[in-house]
Amino acid sequence: MEIIKTDVAIIGAGGAGLRAAIALAQADPKIRIALISKVYPMRSHTCAAEGGAAGVVKPDDSYEQHFHDTVGGGDWLCDQDAVEYFIHEAPKELIQLEHWGCPWNREPDGSVAVRPFGGMKIQRTWFAADKSGFHILHTLFQTTLQYPNIQRFDEYYATDLMVDDGRCQGLTAIEMKTGQMRRFQAGAVVIAGGGAGRMFPFNTNGAIKTGDGMALAYRAGAALKDMEFVQYHPTGLPNTGTLLTEACRSEGGVLLNKDNYRFLQDYGMGPETPLGKPELKTMELGPRDRVSQSIWHEIQKGRAVKTPWGDCVWLDMRHLGEKTINERLPFVRDICISYLGIDPVTEMVPIRPVAHYMMGGIHTDINAATSVPGLFAAGECACVSINGANRLGSNSLVEILVFGHRAGIEALEYARGQKPGNDAALATQGDVAQAKLRELFMRNVGKESISGLRKEMTDTMGEGVGIYRTQEGLTETCDKLADLRRRYADVALHDKTNVYNTDLLSALELGSMLDCAEAVAVSGLERKESRGAHQRLDFPARDDSKYLKHSMAYYKPTERPRIDYRDVVITTSPPGVRDYSGAKK
Amino acid sequence: MSENRLGARQVELEVLRYNPDSDEAPRYQRYSVPCKNEWCMLDALNYLKDNIDPTLAYRWSCHMQVCGSCGMMINGEPKLACKAMVRDYEGVIRLEPLAHFPIERDLVSVADDFMDKLKRVKPYLIPGKPKTIEEGEYKQTPEQMQRYRKFSMCINCMLCYAACPEYGLTKSKFIGPAAITLAHRYNLDSRDGGRDERQEEIAANEGVWECTFVGACSDVCPKHVDPAAALQQVKVASTVDWYLEHFMSWSKK
Repeated sequence: MEIIKTDVAIIGAGGAGLRAAIALAQADPKIRIALISKVYPMRSHTCAAEGGAAGVVKPDDSYEQHFHDTVGGGDWLCDQDAVEYFIHEAPKELIQLEHWGCPWNREPDGSVAVRPFGGMKIQRTWFAADKSGFHILHTLFQTTLQYPNIQRFDEYYATDLMVDDGRCQGLTAIEMKTGQMRRFQAGAVVIAGGGAGRMFPFNTNGAIKTGDGMALAYRAGAALKDMEFVQYHPTGLPNTGTLLTEACRSEGGVLLNKDNYRFLQDYGMGPETPLGKPELKTMELGPRDRVSQSIWHEIQKGRAVKTPWGDCVWLDMRHLGEKTINERLPFVRDICISYLGIDPVTEMVPIRPVAHYMMGGIHTDINAATSVPGLFAAGECACVSINGANRLGSNSLVEILVFGHRAGIEALEYARGQKPGNDAALATQGDVAQAKLRELFMRNVGKESISGLRKEMTDTMGEGVGIYRTQEGLTETCDKLADLRRRYADVALHDKTNVYNTDLLSALELGSMLDCAEAVAVSGLERKESRGAHQRLDFPARDDSKYLKHSMAYYKPTERPRIDYRDVVITTSPPGVRDYSGAKK
Repeated sequence: MSENRLGARQVELEVLRYNPDSDEAPRYQRYSVPCKNEWCMLDALNYLKDNIDPTLAYRWSCHMQVCGSCGMMINGEPKLACKAMVRDYEGVIRLEPLAHFPIERDLVSVADDFMDKLKRVKPYLIPGKPKTIEEGEYKQTPEQMQRYRKFSMCINCMLCYAACPEYGLTKSKFIGPAAITLAHRYNLDSRDGGRDERQEEIAANEGVWECTFVGACSDVCPKHVDPAAALQQVKVASTVDWYLEHFMSWSKK
């Protein structure tokens, strides 16, 4: 097996991975950085983020307000020291991106423009039309091209972490082009592998978002934290699940039920605001969890718009006019026309909530360090606990920058203090990983199909771990997932080719998703309260006495994960009431 | 939202298959796929892979026309499979990997040459006046941004290379539409001072002069980036450079 020795290995080349790579390259031009990704960096799912990135920069804004919006938005499950650090670093990172060429929208005087966003009391979302993630990703990727010490391994799929002598010392990965396995030996590893939304039947995520990074860390002993908190974005296209950015509403779009009534006012987010004049932190600019939950209730009450793709509500943007839509939401218009045949300039768009983002992920401390020494994590795959029980839109694009940067710096610091690893021990681990893969590759007797198991998994996740959950539904899903994990051992490959074997890749991705899914469902079953995005019909209230805690899921190869709890860090904001009724202020 | 969007029909796909491990040459394989009218070609492929033939290889991810993974030839034209709608095609539909690139396997092209060319044009901001974070952002008016914005929309899907006759003819020596457009995007940016460095690459042989202005790149661009316009502007600017250098060297700018 070919060995690649490097100082820091990064798994994942989306926003967080690229930001980590640049931080490392700038910190020391002599160190070797291996940037390993299962896709070319520009294909990473950061590109699909539309709305923008939050950072305090305008004179009417303050760190304190960003802090309170974030902590309240997260239903007090945020670690407040991490949020504190995050909001202070946010503007610096956004300015840094500006210096690297990111085409942020501008005010007439040439300063950066900001737009309102859900759950934020002040306008503080930097944006590049409705392609913010795309521009952030490409700006970062292009910036990396000037650093010769960032060595890219595009289309390499990481299969296992190597942990020896109590610390993470690298990984094994398959080169897709040849099917060969490579061993990366590193002083430290950063995981920036993105989310796991593909475990849900109806989601906004790209095909690549299969929780591989989470699963790698989880199997190596790191805890997955707060996995039950899955964000349902209120506005997905009903047939494809394609995201229509929250900016549709922050620019003035409104949500209507079948009677053309703005129903959010009935769910603690009223009174109604004037059409086309959105007010911050109320009505359509409420937080995503509350808005999605209101849509769910509206559907239960029979006030849904019936469509061939299920029950929906309307997103009405007609009053914004063609000029504004073209200027601020051009991509949204394209997508609606392409996939639904509806032009939002002249027609209302049916939408329904869609699984979008994992608040949970690999537990890290404020330094992006996981509980496995030498292993760091950042971005959606990680849970540094700035999002708590519900992420506010436009915080995640900043999170990848702030904590990607931090992970890079901390990984370098760690790697510098380490002696070279034990080659023989690592070689053995590499051989074990390869043998495991070969067994899967050569298996001829398997009777389970990848697409079949995947469908059963997404179905049970949709049924048991939706917007509202119950003991019964969660139990059923947990049992089903345990069964699927058993049956996974019997999955067979049809493709026995070395070159670009997507059948093999799909099998490995399915394995990642099944592990992550079980952590989600079991953590949800154990959390007997309702908080943020985790809503239990059988436990409708928040219970701070028992559950003002992070769920920590630990991997077990053949059983359910063990769930433990960890205290939330509260510094200045004691748990309070989330208030999105604008007029009461 | 008319009902016929949900109508279904059997679609015949003729897909290029090539497995370098076992095939001497590419071949075509016929599949009959039950498609809904609202589907894009990528939906048809995903159905095919999940239900008919798990060995077919192709790239895809976002299914929303922004990641640039699923570029392929559809009836001989470079398209994103997530943007080409099944209802717009009749008869047998032929799917092949992007033209002008070596085939890695089935519908997967080898992207190494493209990645190398992108890097060569230094597609990153080389600041005219470096600034610290503490000094805040560069001021850039909406008008200044408008000069380059369109050219910053490239998703690197490589369709323009598959459409470019020059890239095909020169056996891929021509640096190509997307790379030149990206270089031009930074050259036009009011924050940038790196044009001279990039010029070495794009005004050289096999740089911009190879382009014969067929305009195919702009026709196929799924993001309306208009690389042909960028190439034209670069050519004019390079010509001006040349005259400045050769006839007006006394004028010392």
